[in-house]
Amino acid sequence: MFQQQTLTDKDITLPILQLSGIVKIFPGVKALDKVSLNLYPGQVTALVGENGAGKSTIVKVLTGIYKPDDGEILLDGQAINFSTAHHASAAGITAIHQETVLFDDLTVAENIFIGHAPRTKLGLIDTQETSKLAQQLLQGIGADIDPSIRLRDLGIASKHMVAIARALSIDARVVIMDEPTAALSYKEIQELYALVEQLRSQGKAILFISHKFDEIFEIADRFNVFRDGQFIAEGKIESVTEADLVQLMVGRSVNKIYPQRQEKICEDVLEVERYCHPTEFDDINFTLGRGEILGFYGLVGAGRSELMQSLFGITKPSDGVVKIGGATTVIRSPADAVGHGIVYVPEDRGKQGVVIGLPIFQNVTLPSLNYTSQKGFIRLAEEFKLAREYTQRLDLRASSLDQDVGNLSGGNQQKVVIAKWLATQPIVIILDEPTKGIDIGSKAAVHEFMSDLAEQGLSVIMVSSEIPEVLGMSDRVIVMREGRMVAELVGDDLTPEALIRHAAGIGEVNP
Amino acid sequence: MNFKTRSLPDRLHSQRSQAFKNWETLLFAVAVSIFVVNSFASPYFLDAWGLSDATFNFTEKAMIAFAMALLIITGEIDLSVASIIALASTAMGVGLQFGLGTTELVFIGLTVGLLCGAFNAVLVTVLGLPSIVVTIGTMSLFRGISYIVLGDQSYQGYPPEFAFFGQGYVFWVFSFELVLFALLALIYGILLHKTNFGRAIYAIGNNPTGALFSGIRVQRVKFILFLLTGLMSGVAAICLTSRLGSTRPSIGAGMELEVITMVVLGGVNILGGSGTILGVVLAAFVMGLVTFGFGLLNVPGIVMSIFIGLLLIGVIALPRLWKMFLNRR
Amino acid sequence: MIKRFLIARETLLLGVILSLIALIASRFPGFVAAGNLVNVFNDTAPLIILALGQMVVIVTRCIDLSVAGNLALTGMAVAMLNSIAPDLPIPIILTISIVLGAVMGLMNGLLVWKLEIPPIVVTLGTMTIFRGIIFLISDGKWVNAHEMSASFTGFPRAEVMGLPVMSWIAIGVSLMFLLLITRTSLGRAFFAVGGNPHAAVYTGIDVGKTQCAAFVISGALAGLVGYLWVARYAVAYVDIAGGFELEVVAACVIGGISIAGGLGSVGGAVLGALFLGVVKNALPVVHISPFWQLAISGAAIVIAVTFNARSNRSSGRVILKPVRPDS
Repeated sequence: MFQQQTLTDKDITLPILQLSGIVKIFPGVKALDKVSLNLYPGQVTALVGENGAGKSTIVKVLTGIYKPDDGEILLDGQAINFSTAHHASAAGITAIHQETVLFDDLTVAENIFIGHAPRTKLGLIDTQETSKLAQQLLQGIGADIDPSIRLRDLGIASKHMVAIARALSIDARVVIMDEPTAALSYKEIQELYALVEQLRSQGKAILFISHKFDEIFEIADRFNVFRDGQFIAEGKIESVTEADLVQLMVGRSVNKIYPQRQEKICEDVLEVERYCHPTEFDDINFTLGRGEILGFYGLVGAGRSELMQSLFGITKPSDGVVKIGGATTVIRSPADAVGHGIVYVPEDRGKQGVVIGLPIFQNVTLPSLNYTSQKGFIRLAEEFKLAREYTQRLDLRASSLDQDVGNLSGGNQQKVVIAKWLATQPIVIILDEPTKGIDIGSKAAVHEFMSDLAEQGLSVIMVSSEIPEVLGMSDRVIVMREGRMVAELVGDDLTPEALIRHAAGIGEVNP
Repeated sequence: MNFKTRSLPDRLHSQRSQAFKNWETLLFAVAVSIFVVNSFASPYFLDAWGLSDATFNFTEKAMIAFAMALLIITGEIDLSVASIIALASTAMGVGLQFGLGTTELVFIGLTVGLLCGAFNAVLVTVLGLPSIVVTIGTMSLFRGISYIVLGDQSYQGYPPEFAFFGQGYVFWVFSFELVLFALLALIYGILLHKTNFGRAIYAIGNNPTGALFSGIRVQRVKFILFLLTGLMSGVAAICLTSRLGSTRPSIGAGMELEVITMVVLGGVNILGGSGTILGVVLAAFVMGLVTFGFGLLNVPGIVMSIFIGLLLIGVIALPRLWKMFLNRR
Repeated sequence: MIKRFLIARETLLLGVILSLIALIASRFPGFVAAGNLVNVFNDTAPLIILALGQMVVIVTRCIDLSVAGNLALTGMAVAMLNSIAPDLPIPIILTISIVLGAVMGLMNGLLVWKLEIPPIVVTLGTMTIFRGIIFLISDGKWVNAHEMSASFTGFPRAEVMGLPVMSWIAIGVSLMFLLLITRTSLGRAFFAVGGNPHAAVYTGIDVGKTQCAAFVISGALAGLVGYLWVARYAVAYVDIAGGFELEVVAACVIGGISIAGGLGSVGGAVLGALFLGVVKNALPVVHISPFWQLAISGAAIVIAVTFNARSNRSSGRVILKPVRPDS
């Protein structure tokens, strides 16, 4: 059991940054409810919490994007208010995000020094000096990058390097890393650890946000847990176990029981053979039975979403055969796919899943208009009826069917997307990270629901990066790595170790 | 799984109560005020035939504006419409030189409009080029071809039957153009607000990716919309040529901006996603009333356009200024 | 480095222009006579200057359709001023035109920045407003050559080292822009704002303010060209430079400036303008009626846009890596 540590004399170091009582309210949502966070020099603090716990909000407060509605921020013991993002940056706080917040069309050197480039006597930017300093910084962190090339031409790992070089260039004292390893390969992650070590030895305070426990326990000195916008606990990482952290995150023992199903898998509903794409995936072969839940596991960037979107008709494959119910079909657009009974619930709910600006009922009926309309003319009564039926099945929480879908929470938006597709009476439903960004209570509901669907004879493909979910829900799991299928696991072979090993390629290729 | 008997209400507020808070109501109020002001400002205003003449100020532009509104709602734009008028009119003039009759001329006008629209459509939907610059290009290209054909000459001598479109009356003061305008308003209104196609347009305008992922054939819809703006330009070309009785390569110059002004004034968001045909109709009336009213007061056209420019900026700026003012309190 | 220069968009455009000139010269050698080339450049000078202003506007993801209206209004204003006060020295006239133009640009800029009205709507409106104001101040009357002082009309034509002053001004503005774009934070800010407005906020750049600055610059240059235009053509009336804003945008598009923002160069804007200028001046030489000019520039825009889009297409995620035995 975890006990709050009291600091001994030995480890009193003043934190560089102290946040206390921070409150941030948005219409209808209390994103941060009197949270605390302390960042110590030369130490890595891991910020842990489920999606929606308030981690990204606190980052925005730290970087000056949001102004807190209440609370205090102390920098070196002095109260400070960040009036703009630039103010925070000038105070020495910088952040590295999953997606680069830099400029693709500027050069590496310009990206590092934008906003604070060295000047000549005339006040103009000294391009030579900028380039030279950029080169020095990059070499200092072991990055072999040419400062004169455009950022667009770099891979994501290199872009992170540039972001770190920028952090060093503004002499940042606090470096925030928000899910930095999301798109990195194993080797690149190790390089990142080395960089973190380097930053640590320079006395910088590092805030490391991740939901991968192995990373947290590898590099963090301290931890801080948020849940539902509230501060829960903090302390030294050596005093807790993974189970402790999970319990703090969730607030109750994690219910690791997934719905049990009778496996009544029947004939093949979907057959995919030699399915290839020029740049995204290669030689994909699998079958899917009626009533089966097929999991697709892999690291971020393995090509799973790309594969699914291609099956759904968003992109064109370069080769391969897809058979539905035994008949070869060519799918050239999502409209085609839906017509053949394949539907896709995307990972990017806001951009690909729902149409924000349209009301709930119109979102639900969008692919089914041919059914609700008469000769192309809209029949509102039929639409409301359809929307009512399916939103009720999913227990949607909203004030009315006419409400703009943009006002709903992530979990409810997901329900709208699923309702939309169920209304088309599909044969195959592909769910891409279905419980990402959803609180744990709703997660369980989605799992139950998926299980019901399979039991009713629908075939489900689930792309997931959460091992417990993949293990608990799937009848079979296909692992992808760098665009290729590397394993198909079932039964006793289906273990967490096997999944990780195949996904990361450990033990097969020299790291 | 527990089935709660939770059932969501269809709507929280009745549609009628929404009606008073929106753009169309504002426009209606503006239109009425302008009508009232004008009737006091000039004794010649309240004359049936005068008002009927006034409608020619907006009918042709409005016909194009209907199609343009649909296109802008999806997030695209077509700046070449006036140039399509020029090309279609030139083509009809050429047909005239060959002694073709009214029916053939109409056919030519519509077909050229459609073909120009198709050209734009292919560039934008098949090649994926941004519509604003593509249509700036075709704007020059289409009118340029008219200049090549006609130079500084003009075609005249259209047959008397042809003159009916732009100069004829269906019943009493109601001109053919006015009736056509009303008919098209009805058709486009139904198309946008009562059909699946219209729903698709709104979906694309609000989130083209989301619409695509929901099975909407986004490119096909946009293709059709470009065809429509081309076709409507062809229709307008027939009306305008018929009304003027001649074709010059400069015909309709500057009209594209007036069409867009009409659309934006009508409450269509230039960035896409919202707008109504009713709004465009009201905007057409507003612009027509202003032009007619000012004309009666002998205000030169170019000064009138100052007012139109101010109106365009004003209708978007004022609500925002108001909101800023409210926030400051 | 050399390779990048060779395949750069600007180099290709330069090649096209040179080939075009060579082609014409092969049949009409008079075209490449020094005097003629100077004429072509001088004739294109206003377009070059305006294209540079438009470039920074487009780079910041905006558009300025009011430049022609702006230049016409400023031109008329200084022409009228000159006819009333012919002794006003040229530097004062220049200053007034630039300031007038900048004020008009500021109006555009403020509407975009503070009220967040889409630039296309703002400049569509101001375009007609500016033109209308010309009528109001001039009462529809023209200002003719004999009403302008000799120094007024003579200044742009005065030759210095073989080039007219107007050409020198174009060259000067181009060089200043080069400096602005590469060596000042405002210049880099334009590209940052256009490339990733979200990220620009993090680096302390105010997106709206930067866009406003772009409009002020575009306006100021339009004002400058306003004076040059009326002085050079020795006439001022309501419709001067009618439709010219589209040629300006065309020059930018042809010069590789992306309408999506964030991409563009001084060389591109200049070369785009020169392309249109060469075509316009070549037509009478090769006995093609000037009525072909509009269609040719239209076709050039369409081709340029297609080319722009192809080369800027960012490739999707490359996930597949070649299978190597030794990683």
